[in-house]
Amino acid sequence: MEPISSATALWGAVVVSGLYHGVNPGMGWPLAVSAALMERKPRALPRALGMLALGHLIAMVAILLPFSAMLILVEYQREIQIGAALLVIALGIYLLINRRHPRFLARVHPRKLVLWSFLAAMAHGAGLMLVPIYLGICKTVETDTGHAAADQLMQGNATIALAVAVAHTLAMTAAGGALAFGVYRWLGLEFLRRSWFNLDVVWALSLILVGSVALWTVH
Amino acid sequence: MNLRPDPTFHATPKMAMEAPAETLAFTLMLSPNGSQPDGLAVVDVDPTSDTYGQIVHQLIMPNKGDEFHHFGWNACSSALSPLTGHAFLERRYLIIPGIRSSRIYVIDVKEPLKAKIHKIIEPEEVFAKTGYSRPHTIHCGPEGIYVSTLGGGGEDGTDGPPGIFIMDCETFEILGRYEMDRGKQDKHYDFWWNLPRDYMVSSEWGLPPQFENGIVPEDLLSNKYGHSIHFWNLRERKNVQTIDFGENYQMALEIRPAHDPAKDYGFCGVVVDTTNLQGAIFTWWQKDDGTFEAKKTITIDPRPEKAENLPPLLQGFEAVPPLVTDIDLSLDDKYLYVACWGMGEMHQYDVSDPMNPKLTGKVELGGIARRANHPNGKPFVFGPQMVEISRDGKRVYWTNSLYSTWDNQFYPDDEGGQMVMAHVGENGGLTLAEDFYVEFPKGYRSHQIRLEGGDCSTDSFCYPSV
Repeated sequence: MEPISSATALWGAVVVSGLYHGVNPGMGWPLAVSAALMERKPRALPRALGMLALGHLIAMVAILLPFSAMLILVEYQREIQIGAALLVIALGIYLLINRRHPRFLARVHPRKLVLWSFLAAMAHGAGLMLVPIYLGICKTVETDTGHAAADQLMQGNATIALAVAVAHTLAMTAAGGALAFGVYRWLGLEFLRRSWFNLDVVWALSLILVGSVALWTVH
Repeated sequence: MNLRPDPTFHATPKMAMEAPAETLAFTLMLSPNGSQPDGLAVVDVDPTSDTYGQIVHQLIMPNKGDEFHHFGWNACSSALSPLTGHAFLERRYLIIPGIRSSRIYVIDVKEPLKAKIHKIIEPEEVFAKTGYSRPHTIHCGPEGIYVSTLGGGGEDGTDGPPGIFIMDCETFEILGRYEMDRGKQDKHYDFWWNLPRDYMVSSEWGLPPQFENGIVPEDLLSNKYGHSIHFWNLRERKNVQTIDFGENYQMALEIRPAHDPAKDYGFCGVVVDTTNLQGAIFTWWQKDDGTFEAKKTITIDPRPEKAENLPPLLQGFEAVPPLVTDIDLSLDDKYLYVACWGMGEMHQYDVSDPMNPKLTGKVELGGIARRANHPNGKPFVFGPQMVEISRDGKRVYWTNSLYSTWDNQFYPDDEGGQMVMAHVGENGGLTLAEDFYVEFPKGYRSHQIRLEGGDCSTDSFCYPSV
């Protein structure tokens, strides 16, 4: 029964990473608060959240789909998993060393929230963090399908990629949305300043952790 | 780099008003003839302190002839912008440009009483990396530290137009010019912005030959100083509209947008209307279609005076012009303070309705052919000039020098530097504090004031007050 429990754990990881991205102010929930306050309309908040979610979703899909296409090379699956894990670790180490903030994010117009969210997710490796988890899920599914035809396999993997991206983005939007709504409605902007922690190091370490766990479990 | 946002960063102007009151002020000291190096004075403004109203520390620079003028912080409340997603800078360094030398000092004031030089950017580097000279206003914003300049390239700063350049807010490296498309803009002075609405406004004084050796009367009378303000798409770095106030509105200087970013208006002070010697304030605003408009909302009349009491420059006019040289807006966007440097007055206007300002307070101090003394009996040289308001809006500080060579023309018999403070009444009104009078060391004049933890002309807020 091991594959099922590991599949559950991996889907759990997809959701947890979504919640984690969602509460991080760097992924945009303060923009939703700001939109509602600037426009003096509460409904601007869910609209901004929707745009942020769309940008995040596109970033996830953009990273996951190429990997799903690569999985067609069944005999190299192990190498792909190792490669992806190393890539995630490398990005984590890079972010640990280069602590400068990506300045180009500040050049996006405040209303272009889809673009901003996409770029923020890309710059922080939010999509890459999901890759090892995604590859793990594909592997648990594959044991059942065995030697399926290549096109079926690819379709299956793409479906999983979309499912992972959607589940992750939903969790992210739920967490960020709850915070944004809470701050807008009850907590006030003082909460923003008090709760805004510098997650740079934690974020970089998360990438290294995810990559390392993936390396550890490749077999 | 902090783990939490700097406690002096505030999401809204209202929160900044509720923060603890300032205990220290930083004031620039300049040597008018360049015989001594300029410096930074740390002034105790805590009324419960034994050294209240005294200079408690001085940092003197290693060079002469910089002529300190305006300055600003490396980081402010704009760091809480939801777009940067990175609020962990420290408000720790003061960026002080030499307006005459084009040298820039970065001063570490983490321990204000041990303020020290962190970095010096030599003029050659400014010239080489930007093609601009004579750095002036400092604001911290989305892409780092923005610095306006008054001169272009070449010896006299007229080789190409002046503009704005950007510095990295952590390394203080000069990154390069700001403008992609400057449109009609060919002179420069002040600038500020509305960050969530993504626009910037800039103003015009004159080119270096028009101010460095003193005001040029022929240029003034032929309306050759700046009289336009420019609106920019902040992130596209593009001049989208220029509003010409009219060529008689000479020297459009300070730009003061409403602090609450939900409001889409602001003010600009004009030194002198050459048709009648009035001082003027324009209110500018953004319309629903995104374009801008401006209207004159305050005029201040000159005061008639006998020629024999006037400096040579003004004798022909037989009047003292108000000379509106600085304006400042309280954080609640309620009171606009207007320095009439020529007449020797500080005015307070209620601008709750920005299209209909009402005069609510006035203090007379110094002034051409008036020389009103401070209530403590001591003199106040020149007139009220650089003005700064406490975050809570209850105290207004000011100094008296405009610019070395101009001080000498308008006040040929005065010398020295003072900093004073006035209390703001519950329902407006302005009263000088008798117990606050800072005399600067001999040979120094005083210019801009910055308050510990931010003030009313440094911080840009990203969220509306609710």
